Amino acid sequence: MKVDEKYEKFASEHAAKSPLGKDCFFAFTVGGFICVLGQAFSDIYTLLGVNEETVKALVPVSLIFLSVLLTGIGVFDKIAKFAGAGTLVPITGFANAVAAPAIDNKAEGYVMGLGAKIFIIAGPVIMYGILASVIYGGIYYIAGLIPI
Amino acid sequence: MEKILVYLSVFIVGGILCTIAQILIDKTKLTPARVLVSYVVGGVILTAMGIYGPIVDFAKAGATVPLTGFGYSLARGVEKAIDENGAIGILTGGFTATSAGIAAALVFAFVAALIFRSKPK
Repeated sequence: MKVDEKYEKFASEHAAKSPLGKDCFFAFTVGGFICVLGQAFSDIYTLLGVNEETVKALVPVSLIFLSVLLTGIGVFDKIAKFAGAGTLVPITGFANAVAAPAIDNKAEGYVMGLGAKIFIIAGPVIMYGILASVIYGGIYYIAGLIPI
Repeated sequence: MEKILVYLSVFIVGGILCTIAQILIDKTKLTPARVLVSYVVGGVILTAMGIYGPIVDFAKAGATVPLTGFGYSLARGVEKAIDENGAIGILTGGFTATSAGIAAALVFAFVAALIFRSKPK
């Protein structure tokens, strides 16, 4: 059996163990709850008189801080295990994908361990995100030059 | 009452965006990393098409907290930078709009790596 086939077999056996309905329920409730938490941060900062632009930056920063902290103390993984996409898709998943490899690979050194592995998931996300934004920017700029 | 409705739409839209990803992970062989990349790029495309803006107006954090919201910030950032600074905004807009989140994630993660030890899986 080739490695690929072995993996497929392994993956399908494990996939069968996670019923879609239950997975979706937890993804929905945990994901929804994290968004509600973000909205609560937003409303609290606004109440405190923080200006709108700063609030927009502070909300993800707050959620990122919480995610990194929970990743560090080992709680994030426990929640993510049953929440699945519920913790992955919100900005919490991005923060966890930055913090976890940083913590796990520190032993390999600060440059090629922590420094390089910190981007193992964040790298592709930023890479293709920026690429998409530059392509859109090009279109938006050219469209703006055409007089209506 | 109005506040409750806002929070309800935040919860439902955020929940739906996560559920779609969960179905993709369970039913296709899309890895979590690919889901994240797809969501960010999808967010840029949906914002460019004028679809995601109204969702953000309606669901607020329910649309901005999921990674599609990261794509939304990238797209809005590039529009704003071009409006203010012209062509150079094509290059500067995306990073400018998302700089706080990226810098925070990197710095917090670095500090966490100094403090915490890797846990046996």
